[in-house]
Amino acid sequence: MRFITYLGQYLQYMAEVLRKPDKGKMFRKQVFMEMDHIGLNSFGIVFIISIFMGAVLAIQTAAQTDNPLYPGYLIGFAVRESTILEFSPTIVSLILAGKVGSRIASEVGTMRVTEQIDALEIMGVNSANYLVGPKIIAASIVNPALIIVSIFLSLVGGWGSTYIADVVAPNEFLSGLQMWFVPYEIFYALIKTVVFAIIITSVSGFQGYIIKGGALDVGKASTKAVVYSSILIILFNLLLTKLLLV
Amino acid sequence: MIEAREVTKRFDGTDVIEDISVKFEQGITNLIIGQSGSGKTVLMKCLVGLHEVDDGAVYFEDTNFTQMRRHQRKSLRKQMGMLFQGGALFDSLNVEQNVRFPLDLYWNSSYKEKLERVNFCLEKVDLAGVNDKMPGELSGGMVKRVAIARAIALNPKFLFCDEPTSGLDPKTAKRIDKLIYDLTSEFNMTTIMNSHDMNSVLEIGYNIAFIYRGKLWWTGTKEEILESDNEELNDFIYTNEMIKRFKNK
Repeated sequence: MRFITYLGQYLQYMAEVLRKPDKGKMFRKQVFMEMDHIGLNSFGIVFIISIFMGAVLAIQTAAQTDNPLYPGYLIGFAVRESTILEFSPTIVSLILAGKVGSRIASEVGTMRVTEQIDALEIMGVNSANYLVGPKIIAASIVNPALIIVSIFLSLVGGWGSTYIADVVAPNEFLSGLQMWFVPYEIFYALIKTVVFAIIITSVSGFQGYIIKGGALDVGKASTKAVVYSSILIILFNLLLTKLLLV
Repeated sequence: MIEAREVTKRFDGTDVIEDISVKFEQGITNLIIGQSGSGKTVLMKCLVGLHEVDDGAVYFEDTNFTQMRRHQRKSLRKQMGMLFQGGALFDSLNVEQNVRFPLDLYWNSSYKEKLERVNFCLEKVDLAGVNDKMPGELSGGMVKRVAIARAIALNPKFLFCDEPTSGLDPKTAKRIDKLIYDLTSEFNMTTIMNSHDMNSVLEIGYNIAFIYRGKLWWTGTKEEILESDNEELNDFIYTNEMIKRFKNK
């Protein structure tokens, strides 16, 4: 019963979020600002994670296929497929759920407990739309770009590890990266990323928006935002994989 | 003029304010007073539409605000300004952007015209030249004054102040009270102010509504309040036993 009430609240909130903005110019300005906050501020962590993720993936794949019968290029191929299909879109989105989700929940939550949201409502602003709408749009634009960068960096990391760890000849790894490429897989990764971006921003915004109480509740909302976003990302990952790949 | 007609608001089945009917006049400072938890803030939030009333209605002049839909209320919202207890300035915006916010929302004029209005409002609250400061850099009194500047930016007909002097020292509180009174007179606004500060009551209470346990218990002026023999009101006003005994004599 509690879950149904919660779901109903979320749907009502999303109906407000998806309304036409009160003032297009102010909304657009918010979108650009959020693109900066969500995208550019997350580039550093995406860079580091992707490079090391690719390198570890290459070494682990090589360790599992340490057999003369397996051609070396398969390692490059396996790294590319794992990165595009799963690691970059899902793992990076989970990382962003932690970084961006907690920031959104605490930002919106603080605005709620300090009556800034009430101030917006008094001025006639649809606060859910003004605060969360731009975040959803910004993340839906920026996160796919981050994932493309992440895929590239992960492959670079894998290639780099062939020099450092000497697991396979770099040329073989590179030819494996180029083998049997299916462009649809990139589309699949981007679709997943957009869905995850919507989950991260809307769920985190909701957790902040419904806060009642004070600073302690802001902290709780941040934690809930990360936990719920991560669980939903994993559930939707399964659902989208079944729908789009099989 | 703003009027509450038989307003009731419930939370979880309990009446937090019950059957309140009261008129707030134009051009004077109207005060809602009462102990913490008596329902003052809930009543104010019902008046401005932050809470929907469960029974009764709120009228802004002759317009039934309660029955209006969200988009219909927008035209009335342009005429409202509200000062919140903590100021509620937007943390990510500087003073100028905070005061300009309602102008960006409703004015289609140039930046220069908006800036002129911002500076006019900041001068009114005696804060000229602090445009670039962030809310975090301001003192409590300055935050309240910037919030007043933002509240009057659109030249509202209705001004709501939720405990504007709470957390301020007596001297700054008196300054805020005077500012609210002066602006109310100058712009002929209908001002409603929540307070449990007796200094504010005696300073600017020209029409006072005393709320006790969610009910309207007494109405009158700052002159009448000292002469009242209402027991609950006197308990609220004369918290000091010695003063209470002195009054009883």
